[in-house]
Amino acid sequence: MTPLLQVENIAKFYGPRIGCTDVSFDLYPGEVMGIVGESGSGKSTLLNCLAGHLTPDRGVVRFDTRSEGLRDTITMSEPERRMLGRTDWAFVHQHARDGLRMNVSAGGNVGERLMAVNARHYGEIRAEAIDWLGRVEITEDRIDDRPTAFSGGMQQRLQIARNLVTGPRLVFMDEPTGGLDVSVQARLLDLLRGLVREMNLSAIIVTHDLAVVRLLADRLMVMKDGHVIETGLTDQVLDDPQHAYTQLLVSSVLQV
Amino acid sequence: MSDYNFAYLDEQTKRMIRRAILKGLAIPGYQVPFASREMPMPYGWGTGGVQVSAAVLTPDDTFKVIDQGADDTTNAVSIRRFFQKTAGVAVTEATSQASVIQTRHRIPEEDLRADQILVYQVPIPEPLRFLEPSEVETRKMHALEEYGLMHVKLYEDISQHGDIATAYAYPVKVEGRYVMDPSPIPKFDNPKLEMAGIQLFGAGREQRIYAIPPYTQVVSLDFDDYPFQPTKADHACDLCGAQDSYLDELIVDDEGGRMFMCSDTDYCATRRKQGHVGAQGVPYAEDAA
Repeated sequence: MTPLLQVENIAKFYGPRIGCTDVSFDLYPGEVMGIVGESGSGKSTLLNCLAGHLTPDRGVVRFDTRSEGLRDTITMSEPERRMLGRTDWAFVHQHARDGLRMNVSAGGNVGERLMAVNARHYGEIRAEAIDWLGRVEITEDRIDDRPTAFSGGMQQRLQIARNLVTGPRLVFMDEPTGGLDVSVQARLLDLLRGLVREMNLSAIIVTHDLAVVRLLADRLMVMKDGHVIETGLTDQVLDDPQHAYTQLLVSSVLQV
Repeated sequence: MSDYNFAYLDEQTKRMIRRAILKGLAIPGYQVPFASREMPMPYGWGTGGVQVSAAVLTPDDTFKVIDQGADDTTNAVSIRRFFQKTAGVAVTEATSQASVIQTRHRIPEEDLRADQILVYQVPIPEPLRFLEPSEVETRKMHALEEYGLMHVKLYEDISQHGDIATAYAYPVKVEGRYVMDPSPIPKFDNPKLEMAGIQLFGAGREQRIYAIPPYTQVVSLDFDDYPFQPTKADHACDLCGAQDSYLDELIVDDEGGRMFMCSDTDYCATRRKQGHVGAQGVPYAEDAA
């Protein structure tokens, strides 16, 4: 089987400091990979390199495009990369404000990606927006409200709807549950899990919340100081951590 | 003639502006940056248009200035006098006699000819500005032809007002490539953007010049199920009776009295001279005094 995403020896430096280095992995269609690690361990740097927001200093990222098979996304032209960014890829930011247009209604936010790929029928765009708002549990009567009028959890769900409306194959998530209270987190995770299974999405989830990866991720990658220190199946890594840092991480989780 | 260089600006500046104009004509709808000069008038009064006019005027030209369709408002009168004084060119109020027409917010009702130039004053040249505040990003969007965002604005209009409520500065796509702000002309004028004359757009504060060459395709953006519709007040001109011109509404007393009249004063006066009289109008000769 062809991997959806192939990452080889990605490295990103900020001057003399290491952002992340020597990261390699394959992601297969339908697979969800979690990246965990403490703050400053290079998780977000890695994610931004993969999603094309940052240019890595070394390494290759290949994506299985619909038309031409595996293509190097770092050397492909910017228009092609941006096209991927609004069709086959989705990026869910930690702060919904970074991923939403706060002065545009919820419907407009969801419709933007459709219009960006040349949808020009208002009725159809709106119907699609209503459908997607429903899927992320936002009622139809909120469609013309701006995201500023939404709660944090709703904003995050709106951001997810906005990203998934064009049927992407790969979703990058940067701490999707960060800053939400636990009950809202639980609902969001439920929703995400449903969507990932239903749409057979591949996803890369960066988080420092081990509960999130336990629920969502098939595989886990633990990072520290820019290096990958442990990889494996989620349950395997969390239940039988080998590296001292992973052991520390797992044992640091507060028990209620 | 006067103590000024012809048409106020020095020759090097005019040369720089002409180069920007030529580039604009070569890439219809593309915003060409230029080194806008300080003009002896405040920003927002047409400093961009004045610089473009100064660069294209020749001593043989006949100059006309329109402000919201009218030839006799403060803005129009001062710009006209400015070029009378600094260029010594002939001026006129008649659209058909002018060779260079500087305009703000309107296109003349009368069709322009191939030997005429229409110069627009533009406040904000970037059609994507209110949706995307970053200039870096909007330039990239133009370069990569990513115009989905423009439709988000129209979507918002329909979702809030039930129809495309944008009535002026209605975005257009020029020659199938660049999305352009046609300056704040009413969308009634949008179909006239495909014309025989040369159209030049100057934004002084924003330092941009762009252009539409003659007979260039200009398409107003819309949705399949909400097609573009040029609109005007559903009325005839009360002075000249014209059914097809863009109208201003004027409140005439405090008892609900109102009248509609052509916003293009030259068009209205010409029709009245020809003997057309509207519902509240009087024959031309009597009210001329």
